[in-house]
Amino acid sequence: MERERSEAEREEESFVPRLITTEENFASGHRACIGCGEALAVRHVFKALGRNIIVTNATGCIEIFSSLLPQTSWRVPWIHTLFENVGAVMSGVESAYKARIRKGKIPDRGVKFVGIGGDGATSDIGLQPLSGAMERGHDFLYCCFDNEAYMNTGIQRSSSTPYGAWTTTAPVGKQSIGQITWKKNMPEIAVAHKIPYVATACPSYPFDLMDKVKKGLEMKGPAYVHVLSVCPTGWRSSPDQTIELGRLAVETGIFPLYEVVNGEYRLTVEVPQLKPVKEYMKDQRRFRHLTDDVIEQIQARVEKEYEELKQKAGVE
Amino acid sequence: MEVKMAEKPKGWKDLKLGCVVTEPGSASTSKTGEWRSERPVRDNTKCIKCGACYIYCPEACINEDEEGFFESDLYYCKGCGICAHECPRGVITMVEEEEE
Amino acid sequence: MTKGKIVGLEGSFAVAEAVRMANADVISAYPITPQTHIVERLAEMIADGELDAEFICVESEHSAMSACVGASAAGARVFTCSAGQGLELMHEVLYIPSSMRLPVVAVAANRALSGPLSVWCDHSDAMSLRDIGWIQMFAENNQQAFDLTVCAFKIAEAQDVLFPVMVHIDGFYLSHVIEDMVLPDDEDVADFIPDYEHPFTLDPENPVSMGCYGPPFIYPEAKKAQEVDFERSKSKILETWKEFGETFGRHYAPVETYKMEDASIALLTMGSISEMAMLAVDELRAEGKTVGLVRLRLWRPFPFAEFREAVKDLELLVVLDRALSFGMGGPVVSEVKSALYDMRGDLKIVSFIVGIGGRDVTIKDYKNMVTRALEEAKTGEWSEEIAARMIGVRD
Repeated sequence: MERERSEAEREEESFVPRLITTEENFASGHRACIGCGEALAVRHVFKALGRNIIVTNATGCIEIFSSLLPQTSWRVPWIHTLFENVGAVMSGVESAYKARIRKGKIPDRGVKFVGIGGDGATSDIGLQPLSGAMERGHDFLYCCFDNEAYMNTGIQRSSSTPYGAWTTTAPVGKQSIGQITWKKNMPEIAVAHKIPYVATACPSYPFDLMDKVKKGLEMKGPAYVHVLSVCPTGWRSSPDQTIELGRLAVETGIFPLYEVVNGEYRLTVEVPQLKPVKEYMKDQRRFRHLTDDVIEQIQARVEKEYEELKQKAGVE
Repeated sequence: MEVKMAEKPKGWKDLKLGCVVTEPGSASTSKTGEWRSERPVRDNTKCIKCGACYIYCPEACINEDEEGFFESDLYYCKGCGICAHECPRGVITMVEEEEE
Repeated sequence: MTKGKIVGLEGSFAVAEAVRMANADVISAYPITPQTHIVERLAEMIADGELDAEFICVESEHSAMSACVGASAAGARVFTCSAGQGLELMHEVLYIPSSMRLPVVAVAANRALSGPLSVWCDHSDAMSLRDIGWIQMFAENNQQAFDLTVCAFKIAEAQDVLFPVMVHIDGFYLSHVIEDMVLPDDEDVADFIPDYEHPFTLDPENPVSMGCYGPPFIYPEAKKAQEVDFERSKSKILETWKEFGETFGRHYAPVETYKMEDASIALLTMGSISEMAMLAVDELRAEGKTVGLVRLRLWRPFPFAEFREAVKDLELLVVLDRALSFGMGGPVVSEVKSALYDMRGDLKIVSFIVGIGGRDVTIKDYKNMVTRALEEAKTGEWSEEIAARMIGVRD
């Protein structure tokens, strides 16, 4: 059965995925939920990054669904310790290689360092160590896999939860519409550290995502890529709509895809005419309680922020 | 969910130093296909071999065959339906998993 | 036996020398009184090219220990140091190098815990770390601060140990006071400590996963494996100290004694108050009391055998705690009583809590404590009230 396809989708249809590696650096058989956007994002990221890396992972969905003792889904060297300290552990790993190479203890094989964590681990509990790592200028790529709540512990709100969304700790009730704060803009916080590379990405646009993480890894110094991870379990959406919802997040301007290279903004996927936010929100039961006036509020704010972004990127 | 492990449950003497896991990708013995309640079924006469299903599968369980068509590995397939939903030609239909 | 030169160094600088001679690869540094001189001196050494190491100025102690974990897992020899509140902030991280079998070496400049805020010395920070699975030892003077830190690297990184090691040095009393000590030559220390090699390192050539999670079906097995190896590490500690003694002429033991040969009464101390206690023992002996001194050098793994041996002929043991566990009493005396329960016989154990928050413990205090302990032992009358065991506190 064929349905109406957007221009972006039509472009994709003609793409031949044989142009990318078939190597999977993250093994099947992981325990992510059915239709998990985060698992797909992880798959894409590690396809792009290859095997000459060391991964530091925060406690959270990815760590849990990939590392049940005595097995692992990882085909690259991987370390997990705690929830909030990826920035610091990764700084230690990177410094160890730097010191040992300089002191002639190991050859320089161009090993790169990657830190990954969820939105909670990145913009809440782990913000300080990540900020420290960025400020000190360690050479790494950090990917935030943002499913917009503390999903692994059961859908509690984080500072990345969008306004009006239901979560268990900001639930909808007679006196509450759910989340009453606006999503913390973590990419902007990264930009404020004046690091060489910041980007937003989404697995619904896999080649955009893969290009960005490759670029971030290659660039010397800290790189930050914020990846939207659609979560059917926490967003209360249908598992088969994971890609569609990621696309709608971009097409409504809620999650614009851009990169900031040495402070210069560029929209990597331009959306000339934003779709109404309602289209994105209607298939997610975490938003179903929202009244029209709240949705209008959200619409206004999304449009305003998108305009600001366009200005920074020099787009008319 | 049955977890198929390589060997019987480990004793304390079997664990490596610091509980390090030395076999990369060893979790690939997990039969996550047992989770699903729907499975993908294909009509390859419609397939244009674009590979959208391949790139969008969160389980990385869709593989290309010699002719360039794609097939889901049912050992891992959780039946999320993303491949069916994203296919531009409607090649894939999700059907209810039957009792074996 | 090698020699060295006699120098005057404060404890912090002595520790920094040990780290420099051990040729650490990565040092993570967050400042906190009274440890600051250690990190400052190390920073100077690196700035002047005397030590080649990555010096990570982390943004908190939690990150300091986390960075050490990452660096050690990636094959580097690592060092950090902290005190008081800093140790508390890194508390959850401290369990990690032990469970992951990473040979992190750390020095704690023992400091009282808030509140109220205190930068001065006591053992409350050390006592909150009893369960973390680190090998722990206490220094009494700057020579020991140096020697034990050198040994710490060798012990931690031994292939049949691979556990983190913490050396406790009293804040201010050792960290900031200049004492004369023997500083060995760089080459002799370098020869003493072999290169660091771990069976598992984060390396793309051999990808491993470190820190996978453990549900109930496997967690107890993981902990038993850890405990078995932790207890076994004691033999390596003794072996290393023996080798150190043969090489450098200073001998360390898990329990060290002073004038215990004919003692019927003994004091038990840890840390720098031990030196004052030795002077007090001399004075008490001059007054005719057969008093001796027992000092715990090795704190974890607890030296059960050596301790029981040291006290077996005593009638009275006076245990001095430099920390207080509210509602329970002195942490050290609790452990001592537990260790001696089965062989206690007629041994009387009396507890005092001294020197907390940096309050000096004087020779007069020791004499008063011994007098009071003798009285209580004789009459069998003493208050169970923990607060009554605190010495020198004004009403």
